[in-house]
Amino acid sequence: MLNIKGLRVSVEGKEILKGINLEVKPGEVHAIMGPNGSGKSTLASALAGNESFEITEGEVTYMGKDLLDLSPENRAREGIFLGFQYPVEIPGVSMVNFLRTAINEHKKYKNEEPLSAGEFLKLMREKKSLVEIDSDLTSRSVNEGFSGGEKKKNEIFQMALLNPTLSILDETDSGLDIDALRIVANGVNKLRTKDNATVVITHYQRLLDYIIPDYVHVLYRGKIVKSGDKSLALQLEEKGYDWLKQEAGIEV
Amino acid sequence: MKTLTEKTDTVNKYVTLFHEHQEEIMDAEPAFLSEMRREAITNFERLGFPKKKAENYKYVHLEPFFNGSLETRFAPRKLEFDIQEMFRCDIPTLDTHVLLVLNGFYYTTTGEQLVEQENGVIFGSLNEATARHPELVSQHLGKYADYRNDPFVALNTACAQDGVFLYVPEKQTLDKPLQIIHLLLSDENEMVQHRNLFIAEKHSKAEVIICDHTLSNHLFLTNSVSEIAVAENASLDVVRMQNEHNQAVQITNTWIEQHRDSTARHSTITLHGGKVRNNLQVKLKGENAHCDANGLFLIDKAQHVDNFTVIEHQQPHCTSNQHYKGVLDDAATGAFSGKIHVFPDAQKTEAYQTNNNVLLTRDAKMHTKPQLEIYADDVKCSHGATVGQIDENALFYLQTRGIPREEARLMLMYAFADEVISGIREEALRDRIANLVSRRLRGELSRCDNCAINCYD
Repeated sequence: MLNIKGLRVSVEGKEILKGINLEVKPGEVHAIMGPNGSGKSTLASALAGNESFEITEGEVTYMGKDLLDLSPENRAREGIFLGFQYPVEIPGVSMVNFLRTAINEHKKYKNEEPLSAGEFLKLMREKKSLVEIDSDLTSRSVNEGFSGGEKKKNEIFQMALLNPTLSILDETDSGLDIDALRIVANGVNKLRTKDNATVVITHYQRLLDYIIPDYVHVLYRGKIVKSGDKSLALQLEEKGYDWLKQEAGIEV
Repeated sequence: MKTLTEKTDTVNKYVTLFHEHQEEIMDAEPAFLSEMRREAITNFERLGFPKKKAENYKYVHLEPFFNGSLETRFAPRKLEFDIQEMFRCDIPTLDTHVLLVLNGFYYTTTGEQLVEQENGVIFGSLNEATARHPELVSQHLGKYADYRNDPFVALNTACAQDGVFLYVPEKQTLDKPLQIIHLLLSDENEMVQHRNLFIAEKHSKAEVIICDHTLSNHLFLTNSVSEIAVAENASLDVVRMQNEHNQAVQITNTWIEQHRDSTARHSTITLHGGKVRNNLQVKLKGENAHCDANGLFLIDKAQHVDNFTVIEHQQPHCTSNQHYKGVLDDAATGAFSGKIHVFPDAQKTEAYQTNNNVLLTRDAKMHTKPQLEIYADDVKCSHGATVGQIDENALFYLQTRGIPREEARLMLMYAFADEVISGIREEALRDRIANLVSRRLRGELSRCDNCAINCYD
């Protein structure tokens, strides 16, 4: 589904990712862990198409297409979803207008009929319960005045509505209390199928108690220094990152 | 002291024009009016046009526009045109009294110059109202707009022949909004000066919608004055929509006087126009009066919109809110100058002002100048101004949800404009304006949306 080969990414001339290789297949859940500043969010943003991240080398194919060739909106319409670490507040754009426009842009891309107002409301109601999002939130402006937890729930709500093939969740767990974390994780689990895949970027093993990954990768200084199964996450929780740094032969 | 204005050839041109046409201008009118005109033209001669560096006209120098070869008429010209055919105002769900003012003269197909309703409400031609109700008109005309110190008001006072008159007596409510459509249509370049007078007596209520349109591809210069009196506990809403072509120059002078416990709301939505200058002067002359003054402009190419406001808090416990916004594309320029003047006695004043602008290109320019003059010590006043660009983070966020960049940009611009639009209380009108603004942002709204001619692009 997603194939990253030798990806190098710079931000304002500084190289952040120094040759990433990663393959994600349908049905899989990958967790990307790593200390602060290792390049996790850069990877997520570059995959979603943020123009402030310059791809200097490497290739990314997604469902057989050259992903790097697509605009952010077309990546989205091809089925990639980025859950933001810091969802953006957009005053004046109502949630309803935003969601409906987004869904209908997806429909248009697939040459399908746009949803009628009734169908859209029905879909909203259905997906709202999935993430236990407060009804009141959908009548407000996008993320405006939402609490940290509400913003993250809202990301999963959007994910549920857009039904992506590949979801990249960037630190979706940060800033969540344990109840919100459970709700968010439940949402992600309920949306899992054998055809879609999820990349979870996180600091903490905690989230992986709820979302069980098939693979765990450790990103350090712009490279994946170790990959393993979920036990790797437990090892990290126990021992921290230092042993890995030594193993990877990098000066601490 | 050297004043910032001086007598020029342009001033002479209009003074001469006045004297040459005196008889026609003052034909069959009450003495008070003629007297006022003579005084006004003398004032105009003394004041002259604001000079290029005059502080209040720093960003738009208007005198050169008065210098061109422009026809000025003091009597309506017979124009062969089918109003139904040429102009349809498609606010379908909005039930209004539609009044047309064509090139500054009240225009009616029915011959009815003035409507006088059973409850005492009067609306129609100002000229006709002056003839039929000289006492009523003389109590108000020239009492609010300052023709002694403002040259544009002085020139208008000397020359204006017609416009719309609205009178709502005590405790009455205007049954449906008055919709005044100012049309400019000519086969030559023309200068137009019309005058409106709206009077809301004690405990009365009215809504007025003003639409400014050009219907032919000629140079038009408009210098209009609206005088608005809102008596004790009365409420008056005015929404003005400006949609003139890129060759049109428009100066509006709106003077509002409010008495105790009254409410006035004034919104100016500028969709198109060549050079637009909107002067709004509000005097809060009684306690506990409230005024909202909002504005929104969406301009591109070489258009210029200049919003100038003065809110005078003369008495205690009054509140005023000003919210002006602008979206500027291409090489458009804009200016906002907003003054809040709190008099020494006006304790417990609350006066707020916000001016936000978005520049879409490097060439667009916005000047913003808040001015607070506060002579009372127990007041709450604030002002804030921003000039910025579209938020790139928000754009990216929308794009990652599958919304194309251009569409996302429109959504953000619309969101920006919506704050002013949502302040319009009449729902049908608000929807209609929202629709116009959205089409304007998409570039689908040409200069004259409702005109069948589409003569100018």
